[in-house]
Amino acid sequence: MSAVATPARQNTGGIRARTVNRIVIYGLLALFALFYLMPLFVMLVTSFKTMDEIQNGNMLALPQAPTFAPWIRAWSEVCSGLTCVGMKGYFWNSIKMVVPAVVISTLLGALNGYVLTKWRFRGATLVFGLMLFACFIPFQSVLLPMATILGSFGRFGVKLQNATGLTFGFGNPTVNLVFVHVVYGIGFTTLFFRNYYEAFPNELVKAAQIDGASFFQIFRRIMLPNSLPIIVVTVIYQFTNIWNDFLFASAYAGSGDVMPMTVALNNVVNTSTGVVEYNVNMAAAMIAALPTLLVYVLAGRYFVRGLMAGAVKG
Amino acid sequence: MSTVAETSITLTPEHDARPGASVRSRLQDALPKLVLAPSFAASVVFVYGFILWTIYLSFTNSKTFPSYAITGPRAYQRLWRWTFESDPPSSWYTSITNMGIFGFLYISICLALGLFLAILLDQKIRGEGMLRPIYLYPMALSFIVTGVAWKWFLDPGLGLEQTLHQWGWTSFHFDWIKNKDFVIYTVVIAGVWQASGFIMAMFLAGLRGIDGEIMKAAQIDGATTFQLYRRIVIPLLRPIFLSALIVLAHLAIKSYDLVVALTSGGPGGSAWLPSNFMYEYTFKRNEMAVGSASAVIMLMTITAIIVPYLYSELREKPR
Repeated sequence: MSAVATPARQNTGGIRARTVNRIVIYGLLALFALFYLMPLFVMLVTSFKTMDEIQNGNMLALPQAPTFAPWIRAWSEVCSGLTCVGMKGYFWNSIKMVVPAVVISTLLGALNGYVLTKWRFRGATLVFGLMLFACFIPFQSVLLPMATILGSFGRFGVKLQNATGLTFGFGNPTVNLVFVHVVYGIGFTTLFFRNYYEAFPNELVKAAQIDGASFFQIFRRIMLPNSLPIIVVTVIYQFTNIWNDFLFASAYAGSGDVMPMTVALNNVVNTSTGVVEYNVNMAAAMIAALPTLLVYVLAGRYFVRGLMAGAVKG
Repeated sequence: MSTVAETSITLTPEHDARPGASVRSRLQDALPKLVLAPSFAASVVFVYGFILWTIYLSFTNSKTFPSYAITGPRAYQRLWRWTFESDPPSSWYTSITNMGIFGFLYISICLALGLFLAILLDQKIRGEGMLRPIYLYPMALSFIVTGVAWKWFLDPGLGLEQTLHQWGWTSFHFDWIKNKDFVIYTVVIAGVWQASGFIMAMFLAGLRGIDGEIMKAAQIDGATTFQLYRRIVIPLLRPIFLSALIVLAHLAIKSYDLVVALTSGGPGGSAWLPSNFMYEYTFKRNEMAVGSASAVIMLMTITAIIVPYLYSELREKPR
């Protein structure tokens, strides 16, 4: 830390010291950049190599003859346990789970934040505090009761099926996971919108109210159109969290063709039948990582802001 | 505290003049609470209700399936006994010892590295816009992906060791991931890799928020850079330290996926954290009561950290 030159010390000898300092700083920063990039780099190059090259070559070397075969195998052929149908089905499972869960939890969070800031009532802070605490609990402490409840949803679904021919989603693992992620996500989404709407001028809401606008009209016409930044933050945050979740996924959809991506990836990597195809494993890991990485690359600023909002309450 | 809700109450007599409007206006007044109610009810049932349910299960004799006859604190007594069973270590002993090692190292290294990188980046660096996302992207990855990547990188036969052997350093030996005494440190490495960039971003935001005048004044008074940071900047960052500490502590206690993906639990369960202990005992070893008791202990630990923090964050804000 002493490697920083201050203007106060810039006499004639100081200029050289300053140059040395700059070199040290840039050197350290570059070294750490390597540390953070290394695993991703290794994953990426390995996924384009042939098995032969992996066994005989250097981990850090670029692929001699880049091949897409591992990616294709990972997408449509790789074995998870005894089923060998690739990651594509699990990828869609994750999409089918993530999209509704994100939309519902974001919408509920927006409504809750609106009520908690613009329609304050006695005890609003306590209500918010109680909901916020839900963000921090270790999910192990609700895992079993939720499993029991989801089990009874399933039995209810069977009854519905017998009576009407349709289950209405009861007992469907994807629907279950959407439900779970909405329930345990609204704490965070409410936090985001509450803090954002706190800074939103009350006068606008009051004026609209005097003009006779209803609760939902104010929300739709005034709040929502002004919420784009926080919607982006919330959507990214929820998307990343839900896509990356492993605990709920493995507890409630841990096997068969209903697994989300994270569980399937873990199974693929730990499948020990036959030769371990590292290149295919790495391609599968890249496929699992791509959606969130893409979001991060496209909207990194909002991603960071979401993380911060989750950490530092305004 | 002049709020919209109060204003709407003063408007109601107007509505009441019309026949039949009273019910509607009362409904209008209740509408905000009705909108919030489902979310709040979900929290009450699925968070607080379920926690009580888990606590209840921990006092029963549940094995593979829940049983609802209370049999007393037997699960806690077993955990208590296991807490001191160090030779050979019980799974619980291993889990909580690992939690101590992992928690301490993960939190302190992330804080130190995060602060260090933030200070370096705050020296008017060219290319900061390129470096920051590089430090931070691991936070976007799932723990499973991180685990897979590092599992490969740390594998003695494939990764770092093999590479250095090829480069001629044949005496290099690094097999922590296969060693039951050291495997938990590989979890620390991967965990730090994932979260330290985020902590850096938090500190950087804090540094950018510091008033430049204070720094200038101190420099004019002849403070060295080291003194400047030690005496002025770091004390000013205290709130960030607290937030970062809370985030890291809570991430550490919840860590489950990383251990599974990186080590599959380690040789003989030697990399378990309490979260892995809970999962294994509940779903694989058919000791549901013990699993629940361990979940309750995890919850208590987090509560002891989070509740005072949330209380102070939400309370002392004069509006």
